[in-house]
Amino acid sequence: MSSSGLFDVAVLGGGMVGSAIGFGCAERGARVVVLDEGDVALRAARGNFGLVWSQSKGDGMPAYAAWTRQSVALWPALAERASALAGRDVQYRAVGGLTFCLDEAEFAARQLFVQRMHNQGQEGLQMLDRAQLQALMPGCPLGPEVRGASYQPADGHVDPLTLLRGLQAGMRAAGGVHLPGAAVQAVEPIAGGYRVTREDGSQVEAQRIVVAAGVKTTPLARMIGLDVPVRPVRGQNIVTERLAPILPLPASAIRQTGDGTVQIGVTSEDDGSFATATTTAALATMAARALRVLPVLAQARMVRGWAALRPMTPDGFPAYAESTTHPGCFVATCHSGVTLAAVHAGPLAEAVLAGVLPEHARDLHPDRFVGMTHVSSH
Amino acid sequence: MSVADEWTAEGAAKPPVAETTDVLVLGAGPAGMAAATEARAHGMRVLVLDENGAPGGQVHRAVEARLAKGAVEKRDAKDDQDKDGAKLAAAFRASGANYRPNATLWAVEPEGKVFWSEGGAARSIQAERLILCAGATERPLPIPGWTLPGVMSVGAAQIALKTGGLVPEGAVWLAGQGPLLWLYAVQALAKGGKIAGIIDLSPPGGLQRARPHLLRALKAPEYLWRGLVWQRQVKRTVRVIPARELRAEGEGRLARILVDGVAHPADLLLLHDGVVPNTQVTRAIAGLTHGWDPVQRCWRPGLDLWGNTAVPGVMVAGDSAGIGGARAAALSGRIAALEAARALGRITTDERDGRAGPLRLLRDRQLAPRLFLDAMFPPLPEAAIPDETILCRCEEVTAGRVRQAVALGCLGANQTKAFTRAGMGPCQGRICGPSVHGVIAAARGVEGGEVDPFRTRFPTKPLTLGELAALAG
Amino acid sequence: MFRRTDPPDCTIVWEGRELPARAGESLAVALLAAGITTFRETPVTGAARGPLCLMGACFDCLVQVEEAQNMQACLVPVTPGLRAQMQHGARGFVEDAA
Repeated sequence: MSSSGLFDVAVLGGGMVGSAIGFGCAERGARVVVLDEGDVALRAARGNFGLVWSQSKGDGMPAYAAWTRQSVALWPALAERASALAGRDVQYRAVGGLTFCLDEAEFAARQLFVQRMHNQGQEGLQMLDRAQLQALMPGCPLGPEVRGASYQPADGHVDPLTLLRGLQAGMRAAGGVHLPGAAVQAVEPIAGGYRVTREDGSQVEAQRIVVAAGVKTTPLARMIGLDVPVRPVRGQNIVTERLAPILPLPASAIRQTGDGTVQIGVTSEDDGSFATATTTAALATMAARALRVLPVLAQARMVRGWAALRPMTPDGFPAYAESTTHPGCFVATCHSGVTLAAVHAGPLAEAVLAGVLPEHARDLHPDRFVGMTHVSSH
Repeated sequence: MSVADEWTAEGAAKPPVAETTDVLVLGAGPAGMAAATEARAHGMRVLVLDENGAPGGQVHRAVEARLAKGAVEKRDAKDDQDKDGAKLAAAFRASGANYRPNATLWAVEPEGKVFWSEGGAARSIQAERLILCAGATERPLPIPGWTLPGVMSVGAAQIALKTGGLVPEGAVWLAGQGPLLWLYAVQALAKGGKIAGIIDLSPPGGLQRARPHLLRALKAPEYLWRGLVWQRQVKRTVRVIPARELRAEGEGRLARILVDGVAHPADLLLLHDGVVPNTQVTRAIAGLTHGWDPVQRCWRPGLDLWGNTAVPGVMVAGDSAGIGGARAAALSGRIAALEAARALGRITTDERDGRAGPLRLLRDRQLAPRLFLDAMFPPLPEAAIPDETILCRCEEVTAGRVRQAVALGCLGANQTKAFTRAGMGPCQGRICGPSVHGVIAAARGVEGGEVDPFRTRFPTKPLTLGELAALAG
Repeated sequence: MFRRTDPPDCTIVWEGRELPARAGESLAVALLAAGITTFRETPVTGAARGPLCLMGACFDCLVQVEEAQNMQACLVPVTPGLRAQMQHGARGFVEDAA
């Protein structure tokens, strides 16, 4: 079975990255199909922490830092459109973001980091001591151990699930086709484009291909002649029952969502396993740290925990490329799908249609991984 | 109750919870009580965790308290449920199992590591064998207005009757279908309760559907006989209205019901659409497979003849493996315990088989009427649920929103949850799970077995961050 | 709605009002016996709710017991003099604050 002729773009992956690119291409008038797996795919998009975040991004990789800042700048416009498309507020709030420091040593280390980021061109990022933090969030019952925090006024947070819904709804509204339910098995060149075959036997043809397959990127990128090593790094999350307002600003491992729940993150487990079960030991450690920030949460009930797999490249930074062996085929992978959603739906989608990657994305070519072993998680 | 009291046989000298146990039983309903009693008979150390304050589960809830008051003896012989329960509870109390009431299990990790909360503190233990007897839960019966105060489940009213002696009075309506609805009506009337009417929503043609299974069902004729007697007894004094559509209305509280468009004043509406296996814990265990029951439209854990799941060391017995009723549940519990005893080297395979044989025959007899009953009362069709009806009560998500998510490409309950928040509240999808799943399947036009259910994850019951953090090393 | 068949043996305080109850029964049952059906207002829309299942599954019977919020009334046993009130919306921190 072959589905409705030649598409302009086939996006392989319906997670946060694929949905943003698919939406962006469809919005620009392209005939788009997004191919996706089934209901329980290994979707980082569903485990995302929901930060729109620049303060810790791109240390040692200026292109990533700049790409992130570009996205943060485009976010307000994306949020407005995504809310309209989702039929519900995506709850984007650029209220500033914090990284809490719970003792002198953490504070000193964070201070050095802030200095380093400043030297690499990040503006606005600063350290706040406890008194400044309290002045920023009057009435917030911070625990006695909170020494201070780094603070980036441009940072914020969003409901990532409503964002995903908005992106997919937008893609459809612009005439795009969403085909969930089967993994991709093969990509082969045909006259004027490529044919994609899925495990259910269905086939789709398109002029251009974008591999945006998260932790499944490596085998799919190979089908279009690109070597993109990606491994899964597990992150566990906790969500509480809905609570009265208690934490006005999002922080790197704790935020209160627009619905009132408090989300607590997030581990970084780099054991090579694709398992997505939560572990009590990790959840307990996360809860204990959250209680050092906000001791009053001790009585709050955790209603849900989950684990998701981040797609991690050897240096932890995103990777973008157009294939030289398969012209018109692209790969895009990162674990900052929410923060980068605005550039993925904007400049990157435009570039896919034009056939030339934008400046910052070009600098994030996976060629840099050649000979590199897995080194760090950013 | 002090810790010492809970150590029914082995005395207070030992610590209240050891580091390890041979067998951990979840639930002290008929299956759990019987499994624990049997396991103790083979000398195994047994820990029993139960969320309730006293043994009995749902069917034998508060049986000891009623027995103490003499209420059990006063009942007529047909209600031998209480007698069964009293017997099971007495044997269980005397078994020497370490029984922990008011204990909520919330995680099962690999190698039999189990976590639970008790008295506001989280605890853990390593178990060689788990026998999970989590029982059944009522299938939700979502109708427009069912979130109004004054609308409850029939099971809830039965609990109020058994534990508090509360009987219905005034404009009380029962609605839905299934044996429990009629049983409750009988029990409520026998205690002097008053019921305004029963709205019978059962799909027509029940007897025709069930007839092929009649012969088999007659192996245990008392079930069918009892069902007929219940209905006849109730119909003598209570009006029964067959209907297709029901809605509840009122301002901030139930005031009336609309039965096929006809209004009746109501101050209590009790809904029931049968019961389904409680798979909240088993679905959270990695590698534990489940199968779809197309007749009763529910999931059941995949089990071998003994109750072993696909995960070594994890067993399931009783209604949480498939609805079979209290007597079948108790027999399953004993059979599972025999297998656990064999697995842990307490008895030989021959001994296990020899002891289990007669139990199996008894259980087969108890299960004989199931196909008949299942065909008689298929769950009400989810396709007929009006769009405006709230399915997820916690997050207030309607059937219409779930159908919209399907239109957006959601194939199963998990992506639907991500797009709608259905199942994200404190009940963790316990209540809405079957109806969200059924509405998705109906909207997609596929069998329920093709739709992934909510993936449950530990902790399977909310616990405070304080309890959780106390476990940090 | 409901009528008791066993006499009450103590009282509890609901929303500042004394109600008859039986020690050991669940708080939810005691409230229902007294004709109370509205236990809380939801944190989502503020809608009034009462218990659905009485067996710990539905979380619709959430109330405030003494100082503790979001308690499942069906799992709280009555003790003489117990004080409880409605849960209004999400858990707050004013009373709980450390």
